[in-house]
Amino acid sequence: MDAIIQTEKLSHIYSAGTPFEHAALEEVDFAACRGEYLGIIGRTGSGKSTLIQHLNGLLKPTSGRVLFEGKDIWETKERTRQTRFQVGLVFQYPEYQLFEETVYKDIAFGPRNMKLDEHEVDRRVRDAAAFVGLPDAVLEKSPFELSGGQKRRVAIAGVIAMEPAVLILDEPTAGLDPVGVESILGNIRDYHRAKNATIILVSHSMEEVARSVDRLVVVSKGHIPFTGTPREVFAHGDELEAMGLGVPQVTRVFHRLRAMGVDIDPSVYTIGQARAAVRDYLARKGAV
Amino acid sequence: MALKDITLGQYFPGNTVIHRLDPRTKLLFTVLYIVALFSAKGGVAYAVLFAVLCASIAVSRIHPRNILRGMKPILFIIVLTAVLNIFYTPGDPIWQWKFLKITVEGLWAAFFMVLRISFLITCTFLLTYTTSPIMLTDGLERLLGPLKKLRVPVHELSMMMSIALRFIPTLIEETDKIMSAQKARGADFDTGNLFQKAKALVPLLVPLFISAFRRADELATAMECRCYHGGEGRTRLRQLRFQGSDIAALILGTALVALVLIFRALGI
Ligand SMILES: Nc1ncnc2c1ncn2[C@@H]1O[C@H](COP(=O)(O)OP(=O)(O)O)[C@@H](O)[C@H]1O
Ligand SMILES: [Mg+2]
Repeated sequence: MDAIIQTEKLSHIYSAGTPFEHAALEEVDFAACRGEYLGIIGRTGSGKSTLIQHLNGLLKPTSGRVLFEGKDIWETKERTRQTRFQVGLVFQYPEYQLFEETVYKDIAFGPRNMKLDEHEVDRRVRDAAAFVGLPDAVLEKSPFELSGGQKRRVAIAGVIAMEPAVLILDEPTAGLDPVGVESILGNIRDYHRAKNATIILVSHSMEEVARSVDRLVVVSKGHIPFTGTPREVFAHGDELEAMGLGVPQVTRVFHRLRAMGVDIDPSVYTIGQARAAVRDYLARKGAV
Repeated sequence: MALKDITLGQYFPGNTVIHRLDPRTKLLFTVLYIVALFSAKGGVAYAVLFAVLCASIAVSRIHPRNILRGMKPILFIIVLTAVLNIFYTPGDPIWQWKFLKITVEGLWAAFFMVLRISFLITCTFLLTYTTSPIMLTDGLERLLGPLKKLRVPVHELSMMMSIALRFIPTLIEETDKIMSAQKARGADFDTGNLFQKAKALVPLLVPLFISAFRRADELATAMECRCYHGGEGRTRLRQLRFQGSDIAALILGTALVALVLIFRALGI
């Protein structure tokens, strides 16, 4: 598969040359393929946010390169700015960036910066609002009178409205109630299917990413120790635990069964897979 | 320059003699140093002041690079004063072009003025680099304590100051974050004329103010929940006590002023 965005030996050092110097990323090679739904997972402080802020040129690499569609995004100033429209980034707690008088105007901020005509801006604002499940009536309200969950949706719509080829979301469900979490994850999946966009979902919750993504990238202490399908990654259960990342609960149960000497495939991560694995085991046992 | 590289008022934790001095001592010493600096006239006095500064930097283990970095924002002021002094001091001209002339006196005046400003800035930086904001305001409150008798709200002022200092890094971090978020939506803070630049600040300032008010509100609630009701009858976790090193430092500071005054009288 061809990579739409990738990094080559990307390193980033914060506050270089002061006593607070801190290497947040060290020689990271990362790639996301066109149209894939990718999960980035790692515990707090592992460098996830630092990594994704390089992907749309908000942070400049201390060393190494970032390539979008094969070209260095830092080649020219114009290229860096264009990359920002192609690679949409929704920050953690994005509701704190709302500033316009109405929800409509706030969502339109990105498209207007792209210098689109009013007709196209209008279409995109309405499309984006629909994707995140905001009713039309909300568009004329002030963003500051909405609930926390709705503000979050407005902020996500503000990035979706730019219709980026790559959509990156930094912990989009942090601090929401379970219903809100499900609903936002559902919106993101719908967007992925409808636009065939590349999605990068950052999270520290295994349960959350495991259900959505095609491929997982594990970040730990500024490195990427594993990548692969959720199944492949969860096979490293013990190492993940050592990095402070829980594997999904069913996976943990199966790892324990395995450790107790039960001959069962431990790389399951959904209830459906677990049921199949148990059936398979029982069938084999019955045959003996 | 990224916002977070601004070092003004920043504290570099450490455990040197200078870090451990009582904040009151450091404040008083800084005042004495500034008095000495403004009384200094000749080269010898400046040399002594320079030596004291270098010794303090060496003892505090603050990297000179950090001092230089802090100077950057005020470089303009230094250059401007130097230029004004060079061209506007009357005396023997050594170079003249139309109404512009450079005099020997002007060069000397500029030289000493640059030294004076740099020393002043460096010594105040050294104070804030080696003293945590909390200690600094504690010290200030204690030093200004007698003014309470004149009904000056010393406690309230110092509480406001420590809260302000405490929130400077937070607000800088927040500004950085909001700027990044708006840049991700194509906001452009760098190009355009003055009017466009001012307009580009709206997406930054509105969220920043909202979050500052929210934080102020939350902080006030949190303080009230912990029964804060002003300075009346409030005791401290950390009691400030003068120690041997503090007395030594203050004697040194007084001696410095005396020495500079003697040099001044001798004209060197
Ligand atoms: N602006 C910054 N200045 C200095 N250090 C930072 C900054 N942002 C993040 N860091 C540090 O870099 C490391 C990685 O941070 P981050 O990428 O935010 O991690 P994550 O998103 O995985 O929680 C952390 O140790 C953090 O303290
Ligand atoms: Mg993060």
